Amino acid sequence: MNDLTPIVGGCADTPVLKQRGQREVFCGLTGIVWLHRKMQDAFFLVVGSRTCAHLLQSAAGVMIFAEPRFGTAIMEEVDLAGLADANEELDREVARLLARRPDIKQLFLVGSCPSEVIKLDLSRAAERLTDQHGPQVQVVNYSGSGIETTFTQGEDACLAALVPTLERTEAPQLMMVGSLPDVVEDQFVRLFAEMGVTLATLPARTRAAAPKVGPNTKVLLAQPFLGETLEALQRTGAEHIAAPFPFGAEGTATWLRTAAAAMGVDPALVEDVIRAPKARAEAAVARVAETLRDKSIFFFPDSQLEIPLARFLVTECGMTAVEVGTPYLHKGLVGGELALIPEGAVISEGQDVDLQLDRARAARADLTVCGLGLANPLEAEGLSTKWAIELVFSPIHGFEQAADLAELFARPLRRRAMIRAMHSAVAP
Amino acid sequence: MKLSVWTYEGPPHVGAMRVATGMTGLHYVLHAPQGDTYADLLFTMIERRNHRPPVTYTTFQARDLGSDTAELFQQTCRDAYDRFKPQAMIVGASCTAELIQDDPGGLAETMGLPIPVIPLELPSYQRKENWGASETLFQLVRHLAKPCTPNEGLTCNILGATALGFRHRDDVAEVTKLLAGLGIGVNVAAPLGASPSDLTRLAAADFNVMLYPEIAEPACRWLEREFGQKYTRTVPMGVGATRDFVAEVAEITGMDPGTRADESGLRLPWWSASVDSTYLTGKRIFVYGDGSHAVAAARVARDEMGFEVVGLGCYNREFARDVRTAAKDYGVEPLITDDYLEVETAIAAAQPELILGTQMERHIGKRLGIPCAVISAPVHVQDFPARYSPVMGHEGANVLFDTWVHPLVMGLEEHLLHMFREDFEFHDAAGPSHLGGHGAQAEAQPTADAAGSMPGGDAAPSSDDIPWEQEAERELRKIPFFVRGKARRNTESFAEAKGLSRISLDTLYEAKAHYAR
Repeated sequence: MNDLTPIVGGCADTPVLKQRGQREVFCGLTGIVWLHRKMQDAFFLVVGSRTCAHLLQSAAGVMIFAEPRFGTAIMEEVDLAGLADANEELDREVARLLARRPDIKQLFLVGSCPSEVIKLDLSRAAERLTDQHGPQVQVVNYSGSGIETTFTQGEDACLAALVPTLERTEAPQLMMVGSLPDVVEDQFVRLFAEMGVTLATLPARTRAAAPKVGPNTKVLLAQPFLGETLEALQRTGAEHIAAPFPFGAEGTATWLRTAAAAMGVDPALVEDVIRAPKARAEAAVARVAETLRDKSIFFFPDSQLEIPLARFLVTECGMTAVEVGTPYLHKGLVGGELALIPEGAVISEGQDVDLQLDRARAARADLTVCGLGLANPLEAEGLSTKWAIELVFSPIHGFEQAADLAELFARPLRRRAMIRAMHSAVAP
Repeated sequence: MKLSVWTYEGPPHVGAMRVATGMTGLHYVLHAPQGDTYADLLFTMIERRNHRPPVTYTTFQARDLGSDTAELFQQTCRDAYDRFKPQAMIVGASCTAELIQDDPGGLAETMGLPIPVIPLELPSYQRKENWGASETLFQLVRHLAKPCTPNEGLTCNILGATALGFRHRDDVAEVTKLLAGLGIGVNVAAPLGASPSDLTRLAAADFNVMLYPEIAEPACRWLEREFGQKYTRTVPMGVGATRDFVAEVAEITGMDPGTRADESGLRLPWWSASVDSTYLTGKRIFVYGDGSHAVAAARVARDEMGFEVVGLGCYNREFARDVRTAAKDYGVEPLITDDYLEVETAIAAAQPELILGTQMERHIGKRLGIPCAVISAPVHVQDFPARYSPVMGHEGANVLFDTWVHPLVMGLEEHLLHMFREDFEFHDAAGPSHLGGHGAQAEAQPTADAAGSMPGGDAAPSSDDIPWEQEAERELRKIPFFVRGKARRNTESFAEAKGLSRISLDTLYEAKAHYAR
C-alpha cells in the first residue's frame, strides 16, 4: 500500500496558486554555508555589500568562527565610482587571499545583488583570474544574488557553473548530483556498489576528484532544486533519470530502483541490496509517525524541498497537506511527487507573505513549516512550527535518516504537548 | 573592496530596523531585493521577539529592474499602510536599491498617505548599523517632536534603547528606577517601547538621558538646540559612573549638588573589597567593544575591580576620539579597527588574563585559551537572557562583578591550584572545575609532555625560538596553566634580550625576577 505508484491525479493537475509580493526567503548566497563544507579545497568569495557579509554571518552562526572557506569582498564607495577600479581591487583582494590560503584549489566568485546591479562582469574576472592563478587555482563565477536566486538555487547556480569545467568521457556511468552530507553520500555509494554500480558525485569533495561527463552519463538528482544544473549536464549529452527524491523508506527505495533499472541492474539484486535497510527504515519511521498520523501540515516556501517532503509526510507518516508552498515549481522534477499528494492541498509557487500568513492563520494546521523570521511569531499566535532551514543542513536523505527526518517534524508537536499547561498560562 | 568574514556591525538599514522594531505603531517600508528579509531573524531568534519586525520589503527581482521598481515601491507602501495602519512610516533603500536610485522619500511623498512618512537616507557603502540607528532616531525626532506644555514635576526622556541592543531592556528599567529614587519621572523612553505619538511629546520633559550615545547623540543634540533640553553625557555603567551620572542629573535639574542615590542594593563595592577579591589585583584585562561600553568597562575594570587595563579599543570609528582619550589615561595604545584579525593580533600580543569584549572576542579568547566576558554588541542569543540583567545602575554593577569574575579562577581555587599543583586532582592541566572541557585536556596530557607543548593556553615554542633545557621546561610545567603562557613568553623575550642561546632553570627565575610587579 505504501509504494509510490501515483494515485489517480493527486495534486498533479491542481491549479498552482502563484502570487508575488514580499518574499520572506533567503537569497542564493546562503548556499555557500553548506557548499563550502562539501568542497574541501574551494573558497567562496562573494563580491557584494556589507549586507551580504552580514547575511552570511547570520546564516553561518558559529561556523563563522572556524576559519570558514568563504568571505565577502565588501564594495565600498570608491568601488562604485568606476568599473576599472573595481576590477583592480578585486584582483588585489584575490591575490592576497590566495597567498594566505595556498590550500585553495577552486575559487568561486559569487555575484550578489549589488554586483549584478552595477554590472560588474565577474565571468570576465573569473577568466582573467584563472589566467593569473591557474593551473593551481581554477576560478569559476556564478550568481547567488537575491534578484536572481532563492536560497537553494544558489547551489544550482554553483553546480551549473561547474559543469563546463568538467572533463568529457564516453564511458557509461551514473552521476549523482546535489551536495549531501558525507555520511549520506557514503551510504548511497555503498548501496550502488553492492549493485555493481560505481557512483560519480557532483560536487566532488575535492577538485582533483571532479567527475567527468558525457553522452553515456546518466544523471540522478539527489535534490529537487537542481534544474539549471540538469540542463547544463543534458547539454553535454547526459541523460536524466526521473525519480522521486530519496526521502523516507519508500522514496529512497523507488529512487534506487529507478536508477538501478536505468543502469541495467538485475531487479532481484536491487531487492536483495535494499531489503534490510528498507525494513529498518520502515520500522523506525513507523514509530515516529505515531505522533504525525492524521495531523495537518502547512509549508511556507523556502528550499524547493517542500513537495518531496510533503509527499513523504503524507504517504509514509499519514499527515494531511493543507498548503505546500515552494519558491519555484519545476514540474519536470517534482511533478511525479505532486501526483502522490492527495487532492485538496493548495499548491503555491512564489509568495506574498502577508497573504500567505492570512491563509496559514485561517488553516491553523497542526504543524507549520516556515523560516526563522516567521517561526516564533507564529508560535506566539499558538501555531506549532518547524523551522525549515534545518531541513537543508541536517542529514535527511536515504534509509538510515528516514526516521530522523520524521522526527524533525514530530519533535515540535511532542514538545508542545509536553509544555502545554505552562504554555497556555503564559501570554507571549 | 575589503575582504571580510566577520563584521561587527550590519549595514545601516539594519540600524533603522532596530529602531522600528523597538517601537510600536511605526512601520518601515524598505526598498530591497529578495533575501534582505534575513535580518528579520535577528529579531525573532536572537532577541526572541514574538512578532515579526514591522518591516515590509519590496522584494524586487532581476526582471523588475527598470521603471517597474518605483511602481512596486509605491504599491508596497499602499499595501503596508492598508494592512498595518501605522501612526507613522519610515521609508528607505537597502544597499542594492540605493544603486537603482528610485528615491523612496520622493515616491512616498507623492502618495499622500494620511500619516507622517519620513524618508531615510542611509548611505550603505559608507556607514554602518549604529549610524543607521542614530540617523533614524534623529529623523524621527526631528519630524515628530513638537513644542508642548512641560509636565508637572521633574521628568526626563531616556533615549537610545533599541531592539537588538545589548541589555537595553533591563538598562532602561534600572535607570528608570534610579531616576525615580531621585524623584524624577520618565516622560518618554525611546525608541524602545515608544510610539510615534509618544515622540511628539518629547519636549514636555525637563532634560534627556543619553543612555546610548552611539544611537541617541544626534537626537539629543537636536532636542537641546530646538527645545533647550540639556542631556547627560555620562553612561551610568559601574559605581563611579553611576554616581557621576547622578551628580550630572542633579546639576542639570538644579538639585542639591550633594544628591546621592540610595545605594542599599549596591553590592559591587563590598564584593570587590572583600578578601577573596584580593587575587583580582592587577589581573591584566583587554577591553574591546562599542566605544561607549568599552570606555565605561575600562573604568570599572581599573577603578572598581582593581584590574590592570592592558588594551582598549572599539569597532565604531564614530567613537574613536573617546576611546583615544581614555586609552591615554590607561597608558595603552588605542585600537580602532573593525577587522577582527587585528583585534586577535592585539590580544595575542597583550596576553591578557581576561578579555572583556563582544561575541567575537569570546571566540578569540576560546582560540587563545583566555577567559572572556561579554560587555558589548554584537552578541548572540545567550546574551539576551530571560533573567533581569542590566549593566547600568546599581544592579548593573552587581551584574558586572559576577559576570567578569566568573570566568576567572576564584581566589580559593587559585590558591588550591598552587598548593596542590602536583596533586592528581589539582594538577595544573586539570583546569578549574567551572571551565568546561578539562577532561579533554587531561587526555591530551601524556602526549603533551612528549611534544613539549600543552593545549589550553600554553604557548607552544615555535621552531625559531630559543630552546628550553629539560629542567627549565619541567619547572615551567609547575606554573599554573593559566599564567604559563605568559611565563613562557616573558622568559623567551628575556632570553632573547640577553642574547642567550638556551633557556636554563636560572633563566626562568631571572626572568621571573625581572618581570616581577
